[in-house]
Amino acid sequence: MTEVLVLIDAPDGKVTKPSLELLTIARRIGEPSAVVFGSADNATLTEYGAEKIYTYDDAAYAEFLVGPKAEALAQLVADKSPAAVLVGASTEGKEISARVALKTESGWISDAVDVQADGGTITTTQSVFAGNFTVKSNVTKGAPVITVKPNSTAPEAAPAAGAVEAVTADISDAAKTAKITSSKPKEASGRPELTEAAIVVSGGRGTGGDFSEVEAFADSLGAAVGASRAAVDSGWYPHSFQVGQTGKTVSPQLYVANGISGAIQHRAGMQTSKTIIAVNKDDEAPIFELVDFGVVGDLKAVLPQATEEIKKRKG
Amino acid sequence: MTKIVVAVKYVPDATADRTFSADNTVDRVGVDGLLSELDEYAVEQALQVVEAGEGEVTVLTVGPEQASDAVRKALQMGADAGVHVQDDAIHGSDAFATSLVLAEAIKKLDYDLVFFGMASTDGGLGVVPTLVAERLGLPAVTFASEVSVDGDTVKIRRDGDVATQEIEASGKVVVSVTDQSGEARYPSFKGIMAAKKKDVQEWTLADLGLDAGSVGLDNAWTKVESFEPRPPRTAGEIVTDEGDGGAKLVEFLASKKFV
Repeated sequence: MTEVLVLIDAPDGKVTKPSLELLTIARRIGEPSAVVFGSADNATLTEYGAEKIYTYDDAAYAEFLVGPKAEALAQLVADKSPAAVLVGASTEGKEISARVALKTESGWISDAVDVQADGGTITTTQSVFAGNFTVKSNVTKGAPVITVKPNSTAPEAAPAAGAVEAVTADISDAAKTAKITSSKPKEASGRPELTEAAIVVSGGRGTGGDFSEVEAFADSLGAAVGASRAAVDSGWYPHSFQVGQTGKTVSPQLYVANGISGAIQHRAGMQTSKTIIAVNKDDEAPIFELVDFGVVGDLKAVLPQATEEIKKRKG
Repeated sequence: MTKIVVAVKYVPDATADRTFSADNTVDRVGVDGLLSELDEYAVEQALQVVEAGEGEVTVLTVGPEQASDAVRKALQMGADAGVHVQDDAIHGSDAFATSLVLAEAIKKLDYDLVFFGMASTDGGLGVVPTLVAERLGLPAVTFASEVSVDGDTVKIRRDGDVATQEIEASGKVVVSVTDQSGEARYPSFKGIMAAKKKDVQEWTLADLGLDAGSVGLDNAWTKVESFEPRPPRTAGEIVTDEGDGGAKLVEFLASKKFV
């Protein structure tokens, strides 16, 4: 079976859930080989199906933006001729993979929500125009380089060999030009990462600037908290939590929109969620066109009651 | 004297009914279009850099005839000159071919910096800046929420998901800015009048020394097999809160096994 290269994201060595999803998808195509810059928890990679683990150890990978990683990965692709290259659809993942595709003259498909292999053909599914269309595509040149959105599949354990191989790459000076001069980690919120969360609870203009009811409800469900652009632009919640066209695109099992009217900018970021619930005072709010369940009412009354009820049920 | 090229895109209006043409490409002709909102931030930041010292801003677009509207809007905001690359052979180009056309056009211009918006509001991939930089062999400092230019060094702040980073690069640099970089100005009446006299050059692929075989739909390295509209969501259940809205919400959650 042919190799499938999977670029692993492992901040502080901990392999992210989307990376495990990529390993699971890679098994549909061939034998997964994990590619790690720095170090990752190799036991986890092995447990989730990595036959090989290529590790790169060079300060340049952390010191500069994507240039060095893209050069190294392109060299590995040229060397291994993999059946496909899978990368997470993060900002960095997209930049690295697009450069790899250009360097290796391979077709690049981004933001896939599904990847299937049928014989030699790999077909991707993407969701476009605010989730209003699904598009099926394939690559006509080179090894398909595909970025995959979080939550595109559930990670499945499938213990493999996990043979570690240290690799070095020739990094050009031209790749070492965008220098990271400082990096301050964000304070952890203690909640799941927004784009990876199974449940997202978000708030908008209807919160009036107070997210306490939204946060309490989110915590009762173990959910991530999101915000609409209106709430972010008003300075009520940080931009990194914005769901929508100019923020994050989320596709959780459950999305609960509170005090959010449902403008196209917001829908673009959440429309592909599996189940959608809205709470809004305005019964004409466009968000109600999308919902599986809606409550016309004040979130300041509805959410605390719901939070209490969940706590009661969970005992 | 800082010369900045701002690359902008003409996109279908997100509030219109966006769809595909018969050849599976985005319909850019049959729907109303405009300057991509996210590119307005790039125009704004370029204008601010130039206004803080000396320089000029040239706005560059690749697209069909109507794309000149996007150039015009940027000129109304205050850009000095425009370039519109238009050629039927470009139709259906993906991010890779687009980056090739942009890179060749930028090479023909006299520039120090190249500014982009963080992504388009239609394709939304956000990789054209990094691909143009790759082709030009230039540093790329992307997704800036703050930009400052000091001599020949560009410094940006990037507010990422896990960290806030300061990034810098020197010489000719490709920069992309987010919608957090600062509100974009509206064209003033004076700006609208002045834009009418500004020079917009029309270039074709031949002007860039590019062959039709290097761009366009038939030369893409990927192929759209099919597209279909998402099935409409079946109408959900809507209840009005009469003091029991929260409880009913949880009943629904329980019925779906979320609690």
